[in-house]
This record gives sequence, C-alpha cells and structure tokens, in this order.
Amino acid sequence: MRKLLLDKVDVEGIKSYDVYRREGGYRSVEKALKMSPDEILEEVKTSGLRGRGGAGFPTGLKWSFLAKPEGVPRYLLCNADESEPGTFKDRYLMEKIPHLLIEGMIASSFALGANSSYIYIRGEYMFVMKIVENAIAEAYANGWLGKNIQGSGYDLDLTITCGAGAYICGEETALIESLEGNRGNPRIKPPFPAVEGLWQRPSVVNNVETIAAVVPIINDGGEEYAKIGVGRSTGTKLISASGNIVNPGVYEIDMNMTVEEFIYSDKFLGGIKNGKKLKACVPGGSSVPILPHYLVTKTAKGEDRLMSYEGLADGGFATGSMLGSGGFIVYDEDQCIVRNTYNFTRFYQHESCGQCSPCREGTGWMKKVLHNIETGKGTMDDIDLLWDIQKNIEGNTICPLGDAAAWPVAAAIRHFREEFEWHVTNPELSQTQNYGLVAEKTFEVEPA
Amino acid sequence: MSAEATKNITFPKELLDEVARLTAQYPEGKQKSALLRILHMAQAHFGWLDAPVMDYVARLLHLQPIEVYEVATFYSMYDTKKPGLVKLEVCQTGPCSIEGADKIIRYIEKKLNIKVGETTSDGIFTLKGVECLGACGYAPMLQCGHQYHEHLTEAKVDELIEQYHKNPKANYMEY
Ligand SMILES: Cc1cc2nc3c(=O)[nH]c(=O)nc-3n(C[C@H](O)[C@H](O)[C@H](O)COP(=O)(O)O)c2cc1C
Ligand code: SF4
Ligand code: FES
Repeated sequence: MRKLLLDKVDVEGIKSYDVYRREGGYRSVEKALKMSPDEILEEVKTSGLRGRGGAGFPTGLKWSFLAKPEGVPRYLLCNADESEPGTFKDRYLMEKIPHLLIEGMIASSFALGANSSYIYIRGEYMFVMKIVENAIAEAYANGWLGKNIQGSGYDLDLTITCGAGAYICGEETALIESLEGNRGNPRIKPPFPAVEGLWQRPSVVNNVETIAAVVPIINDGGEEYAKIGVGRSTGTKLISASGNIVNPGVYEIDMNMTVEEFIYSDKFLGGIKNGKKLKACVPGGSSVPILPHYLVTKTAKGEDRLMSYEGLADGGFATGSMLGSGGFIVYDEDQCIVRNTYNFTRFYQHESCGQCSPCREGTGWMKKVLHNIETGKGTMDDIDLLWDIQKNIEGNTICPLGDAAAWPVAAAIRHFREEFEWHVTNPELSQTQNYGLVAEKTFEVEPA
Repeated sequence: MSAEATKNITFPKELLDEVARLTAQYPEGKQKSALLRILHMAQAHFGWLDAPVMDYVARLLHLQPIEVYEVATFYSMYDTKKPGLVKLEVCQTGPCSIEGADKIIRYIEKKLNIKVGETTSDGIFTLKGVECLGACGYAPMLQCGHQYHEHLTEAKVDELIEQYHKNPKANYMEY
C-alpha cells in the first residue's frame, strides 16, 4: 500500500523546510491557490474523507456548513490536543513531518476563506510545539505564510498555541473556550462552531490527521484518494497501537485490512507479547467499547472484522465497537478488566469539567464502586448499580465526555460480567490472581 | 503581599518581548488568548504560580486577577501549590498501566521514600501520577520538565533520579 501521510517520515532532514520542499512539499498549496475554494471543497467531498479526531464526520460536509457572512473573519482551528488515552498519532505526525500539517493548514484555510488559523496543541507536547513553531517560521520565511502567499494575493497568518493539561479541551467547543484564554468548559450546542466559534465567529475545527490528509487529496484528486480503503472508509488511517503487543507504534494503514492481519502480521503489531493470548482490545481510544477476544478479529456473524469505521462498528454496541481516534489498545490474558475499567473511569472522573451533574457525580460514583469491586469489597448489586449509573450518564450531558465515560463501563459489564462476579465471589483470590479469558458467547445475529 | 515581593516579580526583557510577540498573534482586544502560554512561561520562570505571580500576569494582560486564578486552577499542568524542584510525572492511564507503570510508580515511591503527590523532604523531587501523555506505545513513561522519558525500567529511573539530583533544571526549556 502506498502511504499518503507517512511515506516521507524516514527521509533524513524531512523536518526542515528545504528537504521537505525538495521532496515535493507545498505542491498542494501551489495547486490549491490556482483552484477556486469551491473546487477544493468538491475534491474534499469526493474524497470521502471523514474526521480523524474520533467522530468520523465527513470533512467536506463540515466545511460546507461554515457560515460566510460578509466582512466577518472565519477561522480554521486545528485540534492537536490529542489526549484520548491510547492515541499518539498526531504527535508522531507533527514531530516527524511538521510541514505536512502546515501545508494542509494553508490549503484548507484557503478553501475555507480563513485569513487567520490556529493550531491548539496540548501543553504537555511543548517539545512538539517547538518543532511546529520552527516549521511555521520557516514557512513564513519562504513565502508560504503571511501576506500575498506566493504572489497569489491570498494572506494567511498561522499561530500555534497550547493548552495546559485538560483532556476536555479536545472537545471542540472546550477547545475554543481554551483558545480564548478561558477554562475549558464545553459550550451548549447549538450554536455550532460553524456559525459561532472562536470569538463568536464562524470556525471549523479539524483534527491534525484530517488536515494533513487534505494534502494528498489536493495533489492526487479526491477520486484517487477515494479508491484507497473500503466503502465509506476512504483513504489511509493512522493507528496508534499500544498495550501487550510485540511492535507498538504508529501505523498508516489501508482500512481494508483485517484486524487479524493488523494484530498478528510481523509488518504490523507482530502479535501478542511473550507468547501470551489475546484477551481483549479497545480499538479506538479509551472511550470506545472494549471487545472480548472472540469479537476482535471476527464479527458476531463470524466474518473477518476490518480495520474500517464500519468494520470495527459491525454489530453496534452489542458486539462491535468504534474506530474512534485510532487508539488501538491490546490486552493479553494477564490483564484485569475490572482494574482497567476502574483506571479509565478514574481518568474520566479526573477530566470531567464538572458542568453537568450526571457526568460529574456519575463518574465519581462509578469510580468508587469499581474501586470496591476491584479491591474485593464489592457486591453483586454493585455490578447492577454500575450498569444503572452509566445508563443515566449516557445522553444526559452537555458534551460527549459523559458518553465517553459511560461506554467503557457498559461494554466491560456486557462482555466481562463473569469477571466482575468472580471479583465479588473471590475477594481474596482476585487480589493475587487474574481471571484469564472469558468464555465465548454466541449472539443472535439479526438476518441481513 | 509585601511591596518587596511585588518588586521581584517581573519578567526579564526577553520574556517581556516574548509576551509582546504572543499577544500580537491575536486580534485587537483578544489578547487573553495568550494567557495559557504566558502562565506556562511564568511557571517556568518563577517556579510556580502563587498569587503574586498570577497578579503579575493579570497586570501584563490587563485582566482581573480572578480571571487568571480561575484559569490557573482549571488546568492540571499549573502548580498553584509549591512543588519540588523536579516534578516526576508518571503516566498512570490504562495503556501505560498494563505495560508496567504501576510497578514504576511503586519503585519511585520506595526509592524516594514518598507517596504519589508528595515531595521529598529536601524539596527536590515531587512524584505525580498523571493521565495519558500521548506516549502509550512507548510505555511506561514519565515526563520531567519538558522531556519525555519513555520505555522506563528501574535502571533507567535510577539514572534519571541521579541526573536530576545533580542538576534539577536539566531539560527545562523556557516557553
Ligand atoms: C471529550 C472529548 C475529547 C476530544 N478530544 C479530541 C482530541 O484530542 N483531538 C481531536 O482531534 N478531537 C477530539 N475530540 C473531537 C472533537 O470534538 C472534534 O470532533 C474534532 O476535533 C473534529 O475534527 P475532525 O472532524 O477532523 O475529526 C474530542 C471530543 C470529546 C467529546
Ligand atoms: S459531560 Fe462532563 S465534561 Fe462534558 S460538559 Fe458535562 S460535565 Fe463537562
Ligand atoms: S497511557 Fe500513558 S502515555 Fe498514553
């Protein structure tokens, strides 16, 4: 498979403008500046590109919603907050090939008619911010940013700014609040950012990888881009792979690949470490449902599962999960699902901004109950209680962090209930031993 | 706050120039957008964000002190309580946890004779448990200053602690 984003990362010096340009960098900007914004929008629509930040919303459609009132500035905001546990692809891209993001920002800003654009990067990535900031300075020095870019008459200022440790600032309206210098409290929608975003002006928020993908889309055309992948999962996808595997790291894949190949091929994850067995997988960052071993490589229908949006979601939440942010976390047979669920819940409780009571109180309560079960002090009723709490959070909050906290708990109970029960009935043993693999269940599959 | 304390709290010229550069990146009247970054600068320069430092930042940006306090207390990277000179921030989230972060945390606790959240009696090391830092594939890991230390082992931790003990400001970058 031809890589579209990471094909040049191993070229020596590719971080620098000179090498990047020599390798064909900034061609998409040259091409874009000769097109009309609407033509670029059409290419992006044709490409089928979907947002790589987690929700998978079609990028062309999102761009077409941007309000364009006369005389009001509009903004492209790049979401480089990357805080979803299991996700580290944006960092990799920005660290290895920062000019690709800048090139994508220029072409995309031109298409949206933005003359000021911002990259919001998480504060912990200060060392990455310095790399991108250097690259921005190089782009200014070479006439790709600033006034009258390459003699086209188009002006663009690009600024990178940082957060300071808050997962919630990855949520687009919290990101905007934070960019305004405020606490990262999500806003109630509507109004959507496309109408009232940064400083109440129309704004598009896109993930780093989404913006980088605009470069090959303009270079090769949307149609070529759409030929890669499968169905509505077009193009390539960056996957951050972590957990108990032989080769953790960032991979650019064709979404037409099977999960089986991705996990077990030596070209990718190289299988489970230390000859252990696969126990479970969280395929799209901590927020998405966990899959038990028998639903990872196969769907409930027994078909090969694909590494695509539709493939990972096959079976819905009953037997499937989501591609999410592409944070692919693999668990071996020695891992404890109760402990992991507690760990993720602690994370969401810590990161809740506290505006809505179901999220603020619910995550704290779930954390306490999970801690009790994990340490052998839980009861069978606690398991049902957990189920009820998560149900009461889901869908009842201002922003999707509530859902993100509820789903991992729901999926863990759905697929690993016997492991939770074992903790309750074996309070001592469960402190020194692990439950191992859960038994395979069969599911009623609805006829196609 | 004493007049003496106020007098000492000023950025040197280079940092004031940097404040001017950062605020100029935003449209007229929207200079508050530079607040988060300037708070990072203040923390790196003054050690932590006590009230006089936050008041100083408020004056620089023409904000009410409360506007700075509410931001400083929202974000976990800001220290509104005095930490040790060296903060060891070990990622404790799922992917790191299943790859040995818990053992590393226990090891550091034993070695420095402190618990997570505490500072050594000589005021040098603070141990913190933090959430996913985007290094899950290189677990276990910790952040110290602006540096990520990945693929941690006990031996690597020993080395790091020795190195930071000698030079607490190794790996610090100005913002
Ligand atoms: C709690 C929460 C955290 C999020 N974190 C991120 C993030 O770190 N990076 C990101 O690109 N999107 C994140 N998102 C999704 C953004 O809200 C937004 O949908 C995305 O940046 C849009 O870009 P895309 O269409 O290119 O995917 C998060 C959403 C929620 C609810
Ligand atoms: S769901 Fe949670 S994080 Fe989102 S706005 Fe409500 S309290 Fe804040
Ligand atoms: S879980 Fe530790 S860096 Fe992501």
